[in-house]
Amino acid sequence: MTPSAREAPLVRVENLSVYFNAGRAGFWGQKQLRVHAVEGLGFDIFPGETLGLVGESGSGKSTTGRAILGRVPVSEGRIFFRGEEISHADREKNRQLSKHMQLVFQDPYASLNPRMKIVDIVAEPLLVHGRVKRPKEAVETVSRLLERVGLPPDALDRYPHAFSGGQRQRVGIARAIALKPEFIVADEPVSALDVSIRAQVVNLLQDLQAEFGIAYLFIAHDLAVVRHISHRIAIMYAGKIVELAPRALIYDRPVHPYTQALLSAVPVPDPPVQRARKRIIYAGEPPNPLEPPPGCRFQSRCPFVDRHCVQNAPPLTEREAGQWAACWNC
Amino acid sequence: MTAAPEAPLLEVEDLRVYFYTRAGVVQGARGVSFSVHQGETLGIVGESGSGKSVSVQAVMGLIHAPGCIEGGDIRYKGRSLLDTAGRKTQRIVRGKEISMIFQDPMTSLNPVFTVGTQITEVLRHHLNMDWTEAHRRAKELLELVDINAPEKRLKQYPHELSGGMRQRVMIAISLACEPQLLIADEPTTALDVTVQAQILELLTDLQQRLNVSVILITHDLGIVAQLCHRVAVMYAGRIIEVGTADEIFANPIHPYTRGLLNATPRLDVVTERMVSIEGVPPNLISPPRGCAFSPRCAKADNACDKAQSLTDIGENRQVCCWREASK
Amino acid sequence: MVVAVLQYGFLPLALPAFSSESLLDKDMVQSAKDKQNPAVESHEWLGKLKELGQELNRDKAGLIGVVLITALVLMAFFAPTISPHDPTEQDLTARLAPPVWYEKGSWNHLLGTDHLGRDVLSRSIHGSRVSLLVGAAVVLLAGGFGVVMGLIAGYLGGRTDAFIMRWIDTQVAFPGLLLALIILAVIGPSLTTVVIVLSLNGWMVFGRMTRGAVLAVRQTPYVEAAEIVGCRWPRVIFRHILPNLTSPLLTLAILEFARIVLAEAALSFLGLGIQPPATSWGLDVAVGKNYMFMAWWLVTIPGSAIAVTVLAINLVASWLRLISDPQEREKQFARHMASKLRRHMKLETRKEPVSS
Repeated sequence: MTPSAREAPLVRVENLSVYFNAGRAGFWGQKQLRVHAVEGLGFDIFPGETLGLVGESGSGKSTTGRAILGRVPVSEGRIFFRGEEISHADREKNRQLSKHMQLVFQDPYASLNPRMKIVDIVAEPLLVHGRVKRPKEAVETVSRLLERVGLPPDALDRYPHAFSGGQRQRVGIARAIALKPEFIVADEPVSALDVSIRAQVVNLLQDLQAEFGIAYLFIAHDLAVVRHISHRIAIMYAGKIVELAPRALIYDRPVHPYTQALLSAVPVPDPPVQRARKRIIYAGEPPNPLEPPPGCRFQSRCPFVDRHCVQNAPPLTEREAGQWAACWNC
Repeated sequence: MTAAPEAPLLEVEDLRVYFYTRAGVVQGARGVSFSVHQGETLGIVGESGSGKSVSVQAVMGLIHAPGCIEGGDIRYKGRSLLDTAGRKTQRIVRGKEISMIFQDPMTSLNPVFTVGTQITEVLRHHLNMDWTEAHRRAKELLELVDINAPEKRLKQYPHELSGGMRQRVMIAISLACEPQLLIADEPTTALDVTVQAQILELLTDLQQRLNVSVILITHDLGIVAQLCHRVAVMYAGRIIEVGTADEIFANPIHPYTRGLLNATPRLDVVTERMVSIEGVPPNLISPPRGCAFSPRCAKADNACDKAQSLTDIGENRQVCCWREASK
Repeated sequence: MVVAVLQYGFLPLALPAFSSESLLDKDMVQSAKDKQNPAVESHEWLGKLKELGQELNRDKAGLIGVVLITALVLMAFFAPTISPHDPTEQDLTARLAPPVWYEKGSWNHLLGTDHLGRDVLSRSIHGSRVSLLVGAAVVLLAGGFGVVMGLIAGYLGGRTDAFIMRWIDTQVAFPGLLLALIILAVIGPSLTTVVIVLSLNGWMVFGRMTRGAVLAVRQTPYVEAAEIVGCRWPRVIFRHILPNLTSPLLTLAILEFARIVLAEAALSFLGLGIQPPATSWGLDVAVGKNYMFMAWWLVTIPGSAIAVTVLAINLVASWLRLISDPQEREKQFARHMASKLRRHMKLETRKEPVSS
C-alpha cells in the first residue's frame, strides 16, 4: 500500500538530536562529556506506511525509536504526532499517547513478565487505559487478539516460559495492538528469532498493517529482512541519516558509499554467486560518539573522502524522486 | 576446492550427548556422524536447538554436568578423544592441535588481562616458549589477522578494542599453536554486518594461506556459501543432509534444507512475501523415534514415523529421508 | 493508601508460590512425599508441593532445617499444652535441681530448675514463643517498610533516591544499642520495646537490598513494556517489579529472622527487653549466668535453643536460595544425577563419561 505523499504525515521528526551525558573530563571536571547518539534527524512517516530504519550498532536507530515514543529526552529538534508537537511531553501526556503509539521489543524472552499469565499481559493495556474494569472482562477481547496473531486459545492461562521465541513475540505483538494504535515502533522484532520463523512474524506484521492501517517504524540491522515490509528505507550511520529512499531504489541504485558497503556485506546464500561477487569492504572504525568529527561522519572509512568532506557535514539532498542522500561526492 | 585424502582428520561417529535436567533428559545430539578432512572447511548449519554447538563442544571436551556424552566416538587422527586412559594427550591435543573460536568476543576474552598476556599464555603453555619469543610470535599473529599497530595492541585491554578487533584477537589466539583443526562456533553472529564481512574476508584469506581444516558452525547460509567446501545440515539433534556446498545450494534434497533455503531472504532475488517453515522444532526431551521434521513436512506420511538413518545417495552426498533416498 | 500499600507491599512477600513451605505442617510435607496420597492431582498448588518435597529430599541439610523449624513452630504454638509446668510457677523446694540424667534429677523436671524452682524445660518451650513472635513481627514491620522504601528509591531515582539512601546511611551509622537505650528510657522495657527497637534498626538492610534489586530489574524489557503500555508507577512497582524480587527478598527475610532472634536474646540478656516473670531465652541466659558454675544447664539449655533455632533458619534459607534460582536448582539436580550415574556405572564398568 503506497502512501500518498500529499497526505499529512502521521509522525514528523524535525532536526532531532539526542545527547546523553557521559560523565566529566578534564582535571577539574569542567568538560561535560556527551554521547551524540542522534544528530539532526529529519523524516516523515505517513499513515499506513512502513519506514525501515537500518543501521549497525551505535548508529542511533534504537534511540530514534525511543525518542519518538518519549522514552528518551529530546535534546534538540522537534517531534510531531498527527500535527501536534510531542517533543517535550510530560509523563501524563505520554501516557495518553501510548494509546496511539506502541513498541514491539527485540528480545521475546525478556519483554514478557515471567510472573504474569498471557491473558494478564495482553489485557494490561486495556485495564490501564480504562477500557475494562477487571481483567476478567477483557478475556474475550484478549482471546480474539491471540487468535488474530495466530496463537492457540488455551494460551490464555499459561505463562511465557511455556512458549517458544516466535510465539512470545506474537504475544508481544498482541499486546501492542490491543488498543489499536496508529503507529508502532518495531525495534528489531525478528533479530532474536530463528531464520525459518522470522517470516511468520514479518508476515503477521504486514497483515496487521493491511487490516488496521498501522504505520510502522521498522528498526533492523539486516537489509534483507527490511525489504519485504518497508515502503521506504532510511540508512543511519553514527547518528545521522545517510540515505533515505523508496524500497526499490535503495536496493537497485544505492547512492551513498555506506549503503553500497552495507548491501555488499550481506552474503548471498548461493556459492557461485557469492564467490563471484565484488565485495566492497571498507577498513576503518566508526567515529567516537563522544567527539564526532565536524565534517561527514563517514570520513574515516570513505574511499571518496576529500578535504571538503572532512570539514563540512553534507546535508541530505534529493537526487531522484524521493531518494535523498547525504554525500558531497556522489 | 582441495582434493580430500583418504583418512579424515577428525571423525565423529554416532555421537550422543544427553543433558539431565529437572524437566527430563534433553537429547542434545542423537547419533551425529561426520568427518573433516585435511584442508577442507565443513559448515554445520542448523537453527537453535539443532545440536550443532553441542556436537563440537563434545569434540573440545566442553560438555560438563548436567551434560554427558552417552555414546559414540570422536577420533582425531585415528585416536579416540573419549578414551579415559588418554586424558593427558587429549589435553595436549585440545587447544594445540584442535582450537576453537567462540561466538561472543565480548565475553570470550578475560577483561582483566591485556591482549598480549592472553596470547602469550597459550604460547607458553602449549609450546613452552619463553617470554621474548612468545612476545615476538604474538606480534606476528596480530599481523596475520590484519590488526594494525600490533605493538600497541598487545598492551591494550579487551575493553579498549572494538568487537571486530576482539574477534580478530580470538582468531589470533586460536591460531597461535598452528592447529590442524579450527572450530569456529558462530564467529560472526554477534558482530555488525560490515564487520562480519571483514572477518569473513580474513577467514577466507587464512583458509587459503594456511592449510588448516575448519569446522564452521552457523545458522547463516550466506556465510556457508562463502566459506565452506562441504555442508552438513542439522535438525533436532541429527544430521539430515550432507554434501558439497555447491550441490546443497543448487539442489537441496531434504525438505528441511529446501525450506531453510526458501526462508533465507536474498538481496538479489525479489519476493512479495517472506516464506517460512510452519510449526516449531520438536521438544528434545521426548523426541519422536522417526523423522523429527515430519510434523512440519508437507510430504510426511506413516512411513516417516519409523527410525530414519543417514543414507548415501551419491558421491559425497547423504540424506536422512527415506522418500528422497529411495529416488 | 499507606496501609493498602503496606498490605499489598508485603503480600507477595508473605505468599509467594513456595514460601508457605517453611511454615507448613509436618503432616502436609509428609503427605506430599507420600506418593500413595490421592491428592487432587490437577491442582497446580499441590503439584508444586510435591515437587518441593522431592527437592527437599535431595538436599538433606535443607530437610533438617525445615523439620526443625516446623517442630519449633509447633512447639511455640502448642506451648501451653505441651509444657509440663507453668513457666512462672516457683517451687522453692526444688531450686537448682539438675536435669533428669543426674543422680539428684527427677522426671518431674526433665531439664532441671532455675534458682527460683521454675522448670527449665517449660521456660524454654515458652521462650520459643517470644523469639518466634519477635522475629516474625520485626521481619514483617521492618521488611514491609524497608521494601517499600527501597522500591520507591530504586524506581523513582533522582532526589527521592538520594534522600532515602542518605537517610539509610545516617541511620545505619547510628549505634543500635544507643537507640535501644534511648527508646527504653522513653517507653520502658517490654516486648513492644524490643519489637520497635529491632524494627527501627532492621529496615535499612531491606531498603538497600530492594533498591539494588529494583535497579537491576528496572532495566529489563518487560518493565519498559509496562511503562510504554501506559502503567502508572505504583502499578509498575507492585505488579511488575515486586513479584520478580520475591526470591532474594525471601532469603533476606529469613536470614534477618535469624539475626533478630539473636538480637532479641542479646537485648533481653542486657535487661533491655523482656522483663521477668516473662520468659525469653536471652533472659534465661542472663539469669543463669550467675549460676553458671553450679548449674550449667541454666545457661546451656536456652543457649542451645537459640543456636539450634538460628542454625535451622540458616539451613532453610540456604535451601530456599538454592531452589529459587533456576540455574542453581539445575546444577544441584545435575550433581545428584551425576553421582547416581557414577554409582550405576561402577556396577556396569562402562567407559566413564567425559565430564570433568
